[in-house]
Amino acid sequence: MRKILMQNLARSPLTEPAPRPDETALAEIAGRVDLAARRRLGRSLSIREVDAGSCNGCELEIHALSNAFYDLERFGLRFVASPRHADVLMVTGPVTKNMREALERTYNATPDPKWVVAVGDCARNGGIFAESYAVVGGVDQVVPVDLHIGGCPPRPIDLLKGLLALLEGSAAAAK
Amino acid sequence: MSALAGKIEGRQVPGHRPWPRIVVREDAWRAAVELAAGGQATLLSLWDDTGAVHMALLDEGSSEKLIVTLECPDGRFPSVAARHLPALRIERAIRDLYGMEPVGLDDVRSWLDHGFWGVAHPLGNGQEAPIARKPYPFLPVEGENLHQIPVGPVHAGIIEPGHFRFTANGETVVRLEQRLGYVHKGIDSLMSGASLERAARLAGRASGDSTVAYAIAFAQAVEAASQTQIPARAVYLRALMAEIERIANHLGDIGAICNDASFSIMHAQCSILRERALRAADACFGHRLMMDCVVPGGVAHDLPPNGTEEVRALLRAIRSSFPQLVELYENTASLQDRTATTGILKPELARRFGAGGYVGRASGRGFDARRRPGYAPYDDLTFDVPVLDAGDVDARVWIRIREVEQSLSLVEQILQRLPAGALRAEIPKAAAPCEGVAMVEGFRGDVLAWVRLEGDHIVRCHLRDPSWFQWPLLEAVIEGNIVADFPLCNKSFNCSYSGHDL
Repeated sequence: MRKILMQNLARSPLTEPAPRPDETALAEIAGRVDLAARRRLGRSLSIREVDAGSCNGCELEIHALSNAFYDLERFGLRFVASPRHADVLMVTGPVTKNMREALERTYNATPDPKWVVAVGDCARNGGIFAESYAVVGGVDQVVPVDLHIGGCPPRPIDLLKGLLALLEGSAAAAK
Repeated sequence: MSALAGKIEGRQVPGHRPWPRIVVREDAWRAAVELAAGGQATLLSLWDDTGAVHMALLDEGSSEKLIVTLECPDGRFPSVAARHLPALRIERAIRDLYGMEPVGLDDVRSWLDHGFWGVAHPLGNGQEAPIARKPYPFLPVEGENLHQIPVGPVHAGIIEPGHFRFTANGETVVRLEQRLGYVHKGIDSLMSGASLERAARLAGRASGDSTVAYAIAFAQAVEAASQTQIPARAVYLRALMAEIERIANHLGDIGAICNDASFSIMHAQCSILRERALRAADACFGHRLMMDCVVPGGVAHDLPPNGTEEVRALLRAIRSSFPQLVELYENTASLQDRTATTGILKPELARRFGAGGYVGRASGRGFDARRRPGYAPYDDLTFDVPVLDAGDVDARVWIRIREVEQSLSLVEQILQRLPAGALRAEIPKAAAPCEGVAMVEGFRGDVLAWVRLEGDHIVRCHLRDPSWFQWPLLEAVIEGNIVADFPLCNKSFNCSYSGHDL
């Protein structure tokens, strides 16, 4: 283990420069911010991920955000284990009818102020699963959505851009 | 005389490829069930069709496969699970979706239907039903000083949803019962009537981590049904994608298992290698997970001019740092303390359930669909199928480590032999209904796909995830372990929720 640690100290970091906030994502969030709440949160957000019916593809890329290349925590963003600790719910999947109640309860367990980020094409409108008897549809059919990050699944870099836009949108509104 | 077909009498159905499908009478159906129950055949899958049920069997000795069909216009069939438990959840799902009754099945609880669909038996007569949570009594557990721990469907980590009900005596788990079906998306119903293109996209989203394996299994089934010969280059590119998918997932799993023992350096290092694999996939095929890159008839993308070098760079990166990670895993006593002798799956259970992938191979079941029955191009490539007997978390880690090494070698062989030529063959329109079946080795185990085609669309498609036969075993291995070791056991299985719930 010492060998690996020493190597890592000696070499330059893998972490890549932060991407520019996505312009359209920024526009989408800008209109929906609550001034006072942002001032309280500052530049730090706790995220609770909820799989409401995805194929697991989005989860893999959300996981990747924590690897050394993207290093999500340097932006003040971190994943938490409980909705009670969260500011942001990151929801994936077409919401299945079997997950609808769990998503509602998770949302209700998240303290205000809170934001919902719908991740992936399925989370927008049900995607390829939209017509199924077992699917409610997009995340906004169940809980209010503040930001969509599209893709099937979105690349980690696109997730990062969206989340940065959420942060900067909240910071701008707080001024 | 073949091992299976000789024991079960029936009428062979024309236009079913490549394995035979026979329609049998009830007594022969029961005989087939007894073969599975007696361990002379492995149940590969069980699924429903309009007015019939199909059972796929494998003879492990000869690798012969057979599909046995029982026509049951009255909607009843003799339960397989009543004699052979691995079929239990499948039959409960069949009852939920199709309204078919497995006669003799004691467990009357729904499995996928939680009461929220607004329709009962959506693939059967589809009657309207009130929307209300169905009561779900967990199996009774009796004894002194027991307490229950309900977990999920929303878990603490970034993983798929499902419910685990633990009954514990102090720290020790006495029973675990799983409740799944939360991510049921109705893929069976979306498949019926879908064009081949749409169906392939659906198959590639049954379980996102195995998108390549599913896409290949689906495509192979369609190609078998339509008797399409695909170009050699496509065969090799598919295998290249499949091995990159396997490497990426195994690396992710090895790190994540260690992370569940709070050994985060392995997780960090393995995540770097996994990210490199996904980036190589992106550079070569335009998608990090390679979704929709395999299509019926061939592949959608060719390697770009720098593709071979991208993949070779990936091989170099993994080969230069993976061995020291393996050494670190092997030589860290505190980590070994958590993984060795934890969550033991007995070989007998693995065999009975026909458990595939690292779950089976860590418990003495050496089945690998790439080797037996085998499919192109693996018959031209050299690789070992690692098998261990210990059956613990440690063994499941080692199988993954060895498979990463094998896959690196396979990727190299594929690059050396990659034939030139076309990427895709046309799938001819089926004049008459035709059926095809395929089994492909994903990182998690064997994925089975069965299709019936008519014209240019799917009439019925059945996808069977390896998790169907692995999830129930997780309930068995956790018994007697401490609650804190459940994440390790669970991650070492890494069963799919979406692939199971469909």
